[in-house]
Amino acid sequence: MRLLIGTLFGLALAALIGLGLTYMSLTRGTAFGGLSIDSWTAWPKSGTTEADPYVRASIARSGRLPTAMGDGVSFTLQSDDEGKILDGRCDVVISGVTPVARFWTMTLYNPDGALVGNSTNRYGFTSQEIVRRSDGTFEIVVSPRASAGNWLPTGGVPRYELILRLYDTAVGVSTKAGREVPMPDVMTRSCP
Amino acid sequence: MIIRWLLLILGGVLLGGIVHLATVILLPRTATQDAYARLTPIAPVNTVVALPPPSPEKAIMPFMDPAFASAVCRYDLSQGPLKLSVPVSPAYTSVSFYTRNDVAYYAINDRAAGRRVIELDLMTTAQHDQVPEDEEITAADRLIVESPTPTGIIAIRAMAPEPGLMKAAQAAIANARCGAAKPEPAPAPQPPPRPRR
Repeated sequence: MRLLIGTLFGLALAALIGLGLTYMSLTRGTAFGGLSIDSWTAWPKSGTTEADPYVRASIARSGRLPTAMGDGVSFTLQSDDEGKILDGRCDVVISGVTPVARFWTMTLYNPDGALVGNSTNRYGFTSQEIVRRSDGTFEIVVSPRASAGNWLPTGGVPRYELILRLYDTAVGVSTKAGREVPMPDVMTRSCP
Repeated sequence: MIIRWLLLILGGVLLGGIVHLATVILLPRTATQDAYARLTPIAPVNTVVALPPPSPEKAIMPFMDPAFASAVCRYDLSQGPLKLSVPVSPAYTSVSFYTRNDVAYYAINDRAAGRRVIELDLMTTAQHDQVPEDEEITAADRLIVESPTPTGIIAIRAMAPEPGLMKAAQAAIANARCGAAKPEPAPAPQPPPRPRR
């Protein structure tokens, strides 16, 4: 009897730990092998056959097709430069420059990867649509309220993520975070 | 008594680690909602199918880039190699190749292709080995891509840098073709030149 209870306890613990770890690692984001620059994170290897099992499992579970190396690289942003989780009810300002790429797009998704509905049908910007300052830098205001300039509406959702995709770029697996890859700054300006 | 429970906990943790690794490795093979499964109902095999642009209500796959017109060719090489041709759009066009398990193994863009139409042959390693060597030499400008799996997905994407250019991007992609590579037709016998009078 004691042996049975003990065995059941061991197996239950194993299942709990094993499945719990799998669930956590796939929902909280795959933490290793990423290229983090400021608050932006990319997994350049997810677009290659060298993708590790965690990345593969996360891709299969989400149902997306990763950006292939040779096409471009995707940087995900979930929090601002101070570590505050992006909140769709706040005004978040993205400013600065992006690494060199032929084109880039910045798109706002809810955490499931769906676009966020809004009255203007604007889901993101491309490098050609953006209005820049005379020195080449830009400023995007991500906010539920209409704003002058480059306004990216959030629809007031509590959580969202931004994906900056660089197309035809040298940024990739061998890139080290540093001066050659300047990422835009992210600041939460005001929160009601 | 305590030692016995400690051993049980230790065993449970070790076994848990194995369960974790096993589930992570097996998950891609059992996922029922991965990109390939999502595309299967709408994309017949070895045909280019344009995907509807993603909207907040509906998108075939999560995290699609709304600035792109996209199409897919779900391929099956079991009957032979595949020929792909994609006319490039004015802005940026890319073709990405994914295995059955959604792993990207190759991508090429319009600039790398260097011409107005991205043209290539897709085949398995075994099929590539069967290509006669002399043919490969004469077809040096032919780009051959080897697929690690007999089935997979080709994603064809054309960028619309401004919403007004979406139509042009969609039009470029609409002319993309993927299909069985037909054996080169034997050169038609030339009619004997007519004697001139």
